[in-house]
Amino acid sequence: MIERLGHTVEFPVQQTCCGQMHYNTGYHREAVPLVRRFVEMFRDAEAVCVPSASCVAMMREHYVMMAEAENDPAFLADVHSLLPRVFEFSELLVNRLGIEDVGATFPHSVTYHPSCHSLRMLHVGDAPVKLLRSVRGLNLLELPNKEQCCGFGGTFAVKNPDVSVAMLTEKDACVVQTGAEIVTALDNSCLMQIYGGLHRSGSKVRTMHLAEILESIEPTGGLA
Amino acid sequence: MSVIVGKTSQAPDFPIAAKSALKNDQLRRNVAHATNVIRNKRALRVEEMPDWEDLRQAGSDIKAHTLAHLDHYLEEFARNCELAGGKVHWARDADEANSIAINLIRHYGGTEPGLEVIKVKTMTSDEVQMNHALEAAGIKPIETDLADMIVQLGHDEPSHIVVPALHKNRVEIRDIFRKQMGLPELTEQPEDLTNAARHYLRDRFLRAKIGISGANFAIAATGSVGVVESEGNGRMCVTLPEVLITLIGIEKVLPTFADLEVILQTLPRSATGERMNPYNSIWTGVTPGDGPQAFHVILLDNGRTRLLEDEIERETLACIRCGACLNACPVYRETGGHAYGSIYSGPIGAILSPQLQSLEHSRSLPFASTLCGACYEVCPVKINIPEVLIHLRGRVVREDQKTLGGKLSAENIAMQTVATVFQDHRRYEAAQRLARIGQTIFKRDGQLTNLPGMAGGWTRSRDLRPIPKQSFRDWWKARDKNGEETREKKAEERA
Repeated sequence: MIERLGHTVEFPVQQTCCGQMHYNTGYHREAVPLVRRFVEMFRDAEAVCVPSASCVAMMREHYVMMAEAENDPAFLADVHSLLPRVFEFSELLVNRLGIEDVGATFPHSVTYHPSCHSLRMLHVGDAPVKLLRSVRGLNLLELPNKEQCCGFGGTFAVKNPDVSVAMLTEKDACVVQTGAEIVTALDNSCLMQIYGGLHRSGSKVRTMHLAEILESIEPTGGLA
Repeated sequence: MSVIVGKTSQAPDFPIAAKSALKNDQLRRNVAHATNVIRNKRALRVEEMPDWEDLRQAGSDIKAHTLAHLDHYLEEFARNCELAGGKVHWARDADEANSIAINLIRHYGGTEPGLEVIKVKTMTSDEVQMNHALEAAGIKPIETDLADMIVQLGHDEPSHIVVPALHKNRVEIRDIFRKQMGLPELTEQPEDLTNAARHYLRDRFLRAKIGISGANFAIAATGSVGVVESEGNGRMCVTLPEVLITLIGIEKVLPTFADLEVILQTLPRSATGERMNPYNSIWTGVTPGDGPQAFHVILLDNGRTRLLEDEIERETLACIRCGACLNACPVYRETGGHAYGSIYSGPIGAILSPQLQSLEHSRSLPFASTLCGACYEVCPVKINIPEVLIHLRGRVVREDQKTLGGKLSAENIAMQTVATVFQDHRRYEAAQRLARIGQTIFKRDGQLTNLPGMAGGWTRSRDLRPIPKQSFRDWWKARDKNGEETREKKAEERA
């Protein structure tokens, strides 16, 4: 989709993880090499597109503090230089590139779950909604109680499985209530959680990342 | 020094307590309903304030400044309180606070067993388990805040820091009153319940010689103390008795009266969705012929000064106990307050209880959050609760790793392994391939439904899509091989 807009995409295959899982679980020391690795890998990029709001939140909320604690001025300088070039996917399109209509066609009903980190840490606001509204044929349905967490929370989902599932049950009930065929978000982690509950309960609602919807240019939306 | 925070030392870990709370459908309905109501009221009262964000910042600044100079302001408060006729006592921990209170009660009320003291608005006294200590000393504490009274009569524990009986609905409250007040005909109509409480309390208000209160704030510049509330029971409790004992956590001090301009706007709106509290009682020392003629303040540390040392942990002490974070929290919404095993529940409880006790207890609480940030968003003094939670998780993990059991725990081994795998993309890709093969034995109808170990927590109630045959990076590499060709073809298609 980004190439369709005329940009060049590179994917450094050496990349692995931004360190969020370790950091947020309390394994701060273990996260540092992953952060260094990320910074090393992307330091020369013109713009870094991250299709996961929570990874971007990790970078913006914690990388500077972590680099400061490392007492490594060069590392800290790299972090400071790189961060303004890191964009969550919808931010890249709407804020950096100034595009709302990416030329997509997707004739389906869709509801949008604003993931917590995109909403409350990145403050992406209505950027994803603007993108969805510009998709041909797409019927955007409002998700009730949309700002409530889906219950994923990284390792929370396995450390506190019962509470996580109770939260998920509320979220999935809201999703089903919209009657949408598809639920979308900026975070595959939330979508994994939402899917896990929907599929277990036998629901036919599908989960798709926003990028998958915006990529579609076929008249049918490319769904099987 | 022994720091006690309610009954946390006997409480089960959060996931276990939460599991049993989740089975209580009535409790969950009560909590969801009550938090929805307060949350919506708060939102209305916040939306109408054009300078809300400025007020939050101002509140945060006032608290940060005060905590940075707490020694100064505490001494100033003590000096001014005593100049106005009050007496200030310093309590290092729960035991000291309780014995100061008991000695004062005996001094003024004598040693006759069964002496009644009335109490209001003092969660801090629950923190130090004061009722328990008073009862052991033959003194009978009577909670007079309506919700605290319901909790006391029901032999229950508070489940919310502002609305302690939030987990009870009217029918349940009616049943408690029927039994404890001997009113078999009582209905659950709010007027009837209020009348019953009023009759029950009025006599006790009038005959009590000694009152115990908490405080929402203490003003250093004047030595004044304040309680805000909705019922007027607090007003009676702090004005009718001859002797008043006020227990205050040391973090509650504010430099000047002018600071109330901020706090008295943000606190009621955040706590109960009111523009101002119906009753704002502020008193300064002793006034001859008016109100209590003896006034004692107990300033409680109980682990608080230790939090001052660390910049991140210190933020916790900025809390003004509005409870907005509880009402906003999607975890609290599901479990209610009791699962936190402490009188301080919800997000603020998850950071406060473990810290007061140097992580001796409630080690599972910092993990009882999805880090969704709803608490931080509503906090009127901008405590970055998710940040503090992550900081405390780090402390728990580092402490655990110092022990052999912690080193060998399944979680630590998994996290170390994954960290090693993530440090090299070849290992990462190999792990992906391995998982793709390994997952086949857990697949059913194309889904992962029964994973072992920690992942079993996932698949017990949720499905998991298996790792696809071709990962993104496989696809990318394959595309890159005939890359130019593909890209040219696509360009042609577009043209």
